[in-house]
Amino acid sequence: MAAGEKHSPVDQFKVTSLSGEPTSFGGIDVSFTNSSAAMLVTVLTITLFLVFSMRGRALIPGRWQSCAEICYEIVANMLRDNVGSEGRKYFPFVFTIFMFVLFGNFIGLIPGSFTFTSHIIVTFIMAAVIFVGVTVIGFARHGLGYFRMFFPHGAPAWTAVILVPIELVSYLSRPVSLSVRLFANMVVGHVLLKVIAGFVIALGFFGIVPLAFLVGITALEFLVAALQAYIFTILTCIYLHDAIHMH
Amino acid sequence: MPQFDPSSFSSQAFWLIVMFVVLYLLMSKIALPRIAEVLEERQDKIDDDLAKAEKLKTEAEQVLAEYEKAIADARSSATAALKEAAAEMAAEAAKREEAFGVELAGKISEAEGRIATARNEALQNLTVVATEVTAAATDRLIGAKLDDATVRKAVDDAMGDPS
Repeated sequence: MAAGEKHSPVDQFKVTSLSGEPTSFGGIDVSFTNSSAAMLVTVLTITLFLVFSMRGRALIPGRWQSCAEICYEIVANMLRDNVGSEGRKYFPFVFTIFMFVLFGNFIGLIPGSFTFTSHIIVTFIMAAVIFVGVTVIGFARHGLGYFRMFFPHGAPAWTAVILVPIELVSYLSRPVSLSVRLFANMVVGHVLLKVIAGFVIALGFFGIVPLAFLVGITALEFLVAALQAYIFTILTCIYLHDAIHMH
Repeated sequence: MPQFDPSSFSSQAFWLIVMFVVLYLLMSKIALPRIAEVLEERQDKIDDDLAKAEKLKTEAEQVLAEYEKAIADARSSATAALKEAAAEMAAEAAKREEAFGVELAGKISEAEGRIATARNEALQNLTVVATEVTAAATDRLIGAKLDDATVRKAVDDAMGDPS
């Protein structure tokens, strides 16, 4: 299908201002778009979920409280296992990353809604913040010693010629791989869902076959949504580990 | 693809930062402290219960030890009492036996005295009878009437010293 056609599989990613016309602030476009609305819904859902599920403060948690506690403990364990006790002060940030991506992915799977994690600018800003933050933490803790990151401990000196550029490239490609991984997974999943949904209509009665397929893909997309949030968070933890402990 | 249209980048970036900061503040100030508090409370309660159980166990062990000690004490004091009573009884029996022995010895010597007296008396009477018999026999056999002193002397000679 051509990009200009009405039901293109990538139409779902179109960002439109909800007020119909762009809002500018100091010459910059800051329109409240469908993407912003999805973000707002995500923030509200996370907050309401955590606050209301923990309202009972039960000693023996109910279903909702268990869910909230599981979210907390998944991130807490991830951070403890990968970073150790020094990671405690970054817990709120890592937890916010995890919940924001996880709920953003899930809410994006609701038909007709918008997946803000399927936009490279969103995932790249998050990855860039993590990258810059981790690099700042690394230099703050180790000073210029942080440059040893780019040369593995114990390797013969002459290998520096090869190893340093490789390590440097791998370090600098972190924000790219982190952001592209999430972005690509989300885009591909949603495009696939749209394309197969198109077949359901086009095939008429036999559309039941792609419909069944669609059900399976949707379940898979839920898995991918959770998995990508997990991967994004665990990579954040691993980068934090590198910055704090240097390998 | 709309993802690569830079015209929407600024608004997405702006709202992402706003929303993320808001969520971060909500999480770090409200949601996470609450969950942490509940989890900590639960951990405290579990630790507390474990400590309590440990304390009760120690107490129970102490009571058991005390009980066993009391039984051992009772047993040893019973043995001691038994031993004492046995010793007392043995001493009493020895005392009584001794007293009885003394009494018996007294009676024996008294009886021996009586026997000796009786024997002496009997011997005395024997001399008299023998004298009379001898006088009568001499009278009958040879018709000689001997005076008592002579007969007596002869009898005494024949019998030896009676005493």
